[in-house]
Amino acid sequence: MAQASSRPVPVPSPRTQPFWDGCARDELLLQRCKSCHIYWHPPSPLCPNCLSNDYEWTPASGRGTVYTFSVVHHAFGHAWEPLVPYVLAVIELAEGPRMLSNVVDVPPDAVRIGMDVAVIFQPVSETISLPLFRPVAS
Amino acid sequence: MNSIKGQYAIVGVGESDVGKRGSRPGVTVMDLDLEAGVRAIRDSGLRKEDIDGVIARGPQSNYSAVLAGCLGLPPRHYICDVGLSGSASATMILNAVAALHAGFCTSVLCMNGSVGGDEGGGGGEGVRGGWVHDLSQPFGQLGAPTGYSLLARRHMHEYGTTSEQFGAIAVACRKHASLNSNASYRTPITLEDHQNSRMIADPFRLLDCCPSTVAAGAVIITSAERARDLPNKPVYLLGLGHCNTHSDGQYAPNMTTVAMRDASQRAYEMAGLGPKDVDFANLYDCFTYAALVTLEDYGFCKKGEGGAFVENGRIELGGELPLNTGGGLLSQGHASGFLHITESATQLRGAAGERQVADAKIGIVSGQCGTLGINACLLLGNEPG
Repeated sequence: MAQASSRPVPVPSPRTQPFWDGCARDELLLQRCKSCHIYWHPPSPLCPNCLSNDYEWTPASGRGTVYTFSVVHHAFGHAWEPLVPYVLAVIELAEGPRMLSNVVDVPPDAVRIGMDVAVIFQPVSETISLPLFRPVAS
Repeated sequence: MNSIKGQYAIVGVGESDVGKRGSRPGVTVMDLDLEAGVRAIRDSGLRKEDIDGVIARGPQSNYSAVLAGCLGLPPRHYICDVGLSGSASATMILNAVAALHAGFCTSVLCMNGSVGGDEGGGGGEGVRGGWVHDLSQPFGQLGAPTGYSLLARRHMHEYGTTSEQFGAIAVACRKHASLNSNASYRTPITLEDHQNSRMIADPFRLLDCCPSTVAAGAVIITSAERARDLPNKPVYLLGLGHCNTHSDGQYAPNMTTVAMRDASQRAYEMAGLGPKDVDFANLYDCFTYAALVTLEDYGFCKKGEGGAFVENGRIELGGELPLNTGGGLLSQGHASGFLHITESATQLRGAAGERQVADAKIGIVSGQCGTLGINACLLLGNEPG
C-alpha cells in the first residue's frame, strides 16, 4: 500500500494551483462555467463548451465510479519501488468529468470497472494532499 | 474526388542500421536521421541538389534546417518541423504532399528517428504527462505503458478481448522481424513466452510493450511525373487521412473507438479504396493493443472483434492480412513509426526478400500518438490508381 514518505510530490502550475489548494483542505474542486454550468477537468483557462472564461472552482461530491484501471507492477523510478503494485485508475466523477487517480484500500485484484468509489485525501507534504479513491457501497 | 490521389510517390527509401538501445554507443538522433536520409537520397537516384524540401522531427527547434545544412542542400529549400510524437512520421508524409501540391517545393526528404532511453519510451516525448504533468505523474502514470494500458483494459471490459489476443500480435511481429536483417529483436517468441513475460502495467506484459531501440527512417517524395524518370518503381500515395480526438488517453471521450476511425475513412475516401483492397498493414504498435484497436478502426473487422481477428495466424505472413511485416515497433525498431513507411515502400517495390507479401499492391500505414488520440493514415500502392 502507498507510503506517503516515498511518494513523488506534485508541483502545481498556476493553472492547477486552485485544484491542489482545494485538496489541501480536503475539497475536490472542479471548474464550473458560470454561463453554461458545465464542469470540466483537467483544469484549463476556458469552458470547453461555450469558451467563457467566467468560471468558478466548485466543490464536487467526491463520488464516482471506476471507468478503467491498470495494475502497475513495474516501478517507473526508484520512488515507486515500495508502491508497486498500485492501481492507476480513471474515475468518472458524478459531475461528469473523468480524473486520473489511484484506487486504494482494496486489493488490486478486487478492483472492477464500474465500482463505486469516493475520494479520500492523502497528505504527501505540508501543502499537498493527493485525491485518492476508495470503494464505497453504492 | 480529391485530385491528390496518385499524383505523388515515394522514390527513395532509407533506414539507419537498427539496434537495441545502447547497441550504438554515442549515436545521436541526428546521426541516425542523416544515416537514413543519405541512404534515401542514394536510393532515389536524385542528386542531392534536386532535394528542395526537408521535413523532420527533432531534439531542437529548427531541426529540419539543421539537417538541410548538414546535407549541404542548396540554400533554397522548404522546411518544416513536425512536433507530434508517434504520429510524426506518417504526418510528415501528409505535410510533404501538401507542400508539393501547394508548389512550395518539388522533392521532399522526410526523416525521423530515436535513440531510445532517456527521451522517454523510445519516442522522445519530452516531459511525461506534458500539460497535465502534476495531475498524472503523482498517481503513477509514468511510462507510456501505464497510459495505454488504461485504454486496453476498457476494451477488454467492453468486448471481452484477452491478453492472449494481445499476445498474438507480439508473436506475429516477432515472426516478421525474424525475417528482417535490419530488426532489433529477431528471435521468435511463442504465445507462451508472451504469457510468461512479466507484468508491467496489467493488462500489459513486457512483450506487449515495444522496446527502446536505436532506429531512423527516411523517404523522398516527389511528383508521380518525376518519379517515372527515376530508377526505382514508384510507390504512390493513394489516400491520406488525419484525425485528432484527444491529447491524453485518460481524458479520451471514447477509449475504444479512437482517432484511427476518421483518419482511415478520409484516406479510404481519397483513394477510392476500402479495407478489402488492402494487402498488408503496417500499424503503429507501441503496444499490442494499439495495433489491435487500429485494425478495428481501419475497418478490417467490426468494432470489438479485433481480438478474434488477430488469432490463428490471420495477421502473419501468408495470412489474410499480414501485419507489421518488418517487425513493427514491437520487434524491428521504434523510430516513431517511420519504419512502417520504409517497410511498406519496400513491400510495394517487391523488394522485401523472404518476408515479401505475395502480390502486394496496396498497403496501409498508421502513425499514432496521444494515447490513440492522434492518427495519420497512409494508403500506398504500386500503381497510381
